[in-house]
Amino acid sequence: MPTDHLPAGATAVSAVLCSASPLQGSQSHFAPKSEGIIAARAPRVVTVKRLARAADSPVSVAAVAGSPRVAAARRDSPVVRWTLVSLALAVVGLVIVLPVVNVFYEALAKGVGTYWDNLFADRDTRHAIFLTLTVAPVAVAANLVFGLAAAWTITRFRFPGRTLLTSLIDLPFSVSPVVAGLMLVLIFGLQGYFGPWLREHDIKIIFAWPGLVLATAFVTMPFVARELIPVMEAIGVEEEVSAVSLGANGWQVFWRVTLPNIKWALLYGVILCNARAMGEFGAVYVVSGHIAGKTDTMPLRVEKLFQEYNTPGSFAVASVLTLLALVTLFAKAGLEHRTRKEQAEAARWEAEGEKRE
Amino acid sequence: MKTRVLPGFHLSLGYTLAYLTALAFVPMFALFHKASSLSGEKFIAAVWTERAQAAYLLTFGASAIAAAINIVLGLLVAWVLVRYSFPGKRLVDAIIDLPFALPTAVAGLVYSSLYVENGWLGQYLVPLGIEGAYSRLGIVLVLVFVGLPFVVRTVQPVLESLDADIEEAAHLLGATRGQTFRRVIFPALRPALITGFALAFARSLGEYGSVVFISGNMPFRTEIAPVLIVARLEEFAYSEATAVAVVLLTMSFAMLVLINLLERWSKRHAD
Repeated sequence: MPTDHLPAGATAVSAVLCSASPLQGSQSHFAPKSEGIIAARAPRVVTVKRLARAADSPVSVAAVAGSPRVAAARRDSPVVRWTLVSLALAVVGLVIVLPVVNVFYEALAKGVGTYWDNLFADRDTRHAIFLTLTVAPVAVAANLVFGLAAAWTITRFRFPGRTLLTSLIDLPFSVSPVVAGLMLVLIFGLQGYFGPWLREHDIKIIFAWPGLVLATAFVTMPFVARELIPVMEAIGVEEEVSAVSLGANGWQVFWRVTLPNIKWALLYGVILCNARAMGEFGAVYVVSGHIAGKTDTMPLRVEKLFQEYNTPGSFAVASVLTLLALVTLFAKAGLEHRTRKEQAEAARWEAEGEKRE
Repeated sequence: MKTRVLPGFHLSLGYTLAYLTALAFVPMFALFHKASSLSGEKFIAAVWTERAQAAYLLTFGASAIAAAINIVLGLLVAWVLVRYSFPGKRLVDAIIDLPFALPTAVAGLVYSSLYVENGWLGQYLVPLGIEGAYSRLGIVLVLVFVGLPFVVRTVQPVLESLDADIEEAAHLLGATRGQTFRRVIFPALRPALITGFALAFARSLGEYGSVVFISGNMPFRTEIAPVLIVARLEEFAYSEATAVAVVLLTMSFAMLVLINLLERWSKRHAD
């Protein structure tokens, strides 16, 4: 679970994750109890960070900064500071920034006209863009519904096997994408378990659109659920219970109470899920069959053009994917900023309310 | 069963389980079922060829080295982001997540282009004998890219929430900054570092898209296990591919269990 790696007594993060739920004291089932084998994975860590920062900003940081003695104890000499900052910037520059710059440089090396032609004059590349823009949304929509259902089940009810179910949702993250694709081939491929039946009924899944959707949906399955679960746990059930006691039915509760509360977390999950869905390579590679103009998505097109020694074409498609990744990052940063602000505001309101009392 | 106040328990649980079953459990079952259809000898023969052994060793070794490098780089970046302020800090903080968002195929493509002989970095490195593309080093390089945010994002929140009091106490008791870091800060960060290592490592084990571009995929030298699976598939040797896949999957699961135990142990010792 999210707080597992924190040392005992770690203040801000565990404070938020454990005490932000008002129900914690009375209904302990909201507290994450034991860790599943596949517990902490990156996106959830990001959530932790987001919450931690949100909680940090109004109170604890101010308290730390307010004490001159502590500041002195934590101050490093300028030499150390600047050496470390330069080293870190060099690492980030070399590992992350330089490659991004290189993508656009290589894509545009032969001029904007060639770049444009590489993207839109090639029929197969055009189709790859179209295919990615159709496969990813279907997979994301499926995982959006799944994420909502899973988060509702896990955070709103207590039942045996709840912890196990929480870990199982993360299962796809520990499966190599290539293995995921192979599983689908074993089921739906010509020699697979359903192969003969599918052929009789003239249904194509592997080497066709449905296979691409299935592979993408498998790989991106946990993204929405894992963003929603900690947020819905932290919000608690009070508002929903009140709505029910006032006579609202299930859908009314969902649309009018739950959804407005979780909309940013939901959007965040969808953005992350979509980024991965559009960029998925390994799983899709195995099930696609690489029929140009038919089953090549954008990442597969990048590979094929590269194999054909059409480097500028390959980089042109790669640059579009990079642009998508950058948009995702900034949307994500914007959402985090927004959540932080909202939480800070909520904390301020609460503090003022306490003062008045 | 006691009455539940909120509606939708059966619907949401049923849907969740049905979706998980259809998309995850059935395919996994199919994988193990297919593997079990091989006789014991055939299974061993498929998974324990010299080529396969070289692939496992490389997958494991490259993932471990990359994750270890990421521990150092990730701690450095997280430290700088939490403790110091410098121009462009928010941008750096945002861009750390790029490896999560960038398609791995793009990462592989651009890394190989940077490190080939006439690439931006290759033109200086290749004359020195450092082959960053189509080599084992190249595999480590892309795995460092893929794994870096895992360590940064695991260490960052812990560093942020570290009590200032303990550092102050160490300072007042006469510890130097170096001693404080070694004896006070580092032990508190250790569980997060182990988690970060684990996440980066587990991710690297299954990585395919980026490695396939930069490694050259030469059997015995630069072929990782997922590439071997694809190679077997392309020969229509489904059983052999499945057998190697089962080994890879078992390694990932075993790693996760091991790492979880390690984490608990480390947490207990930190307390």
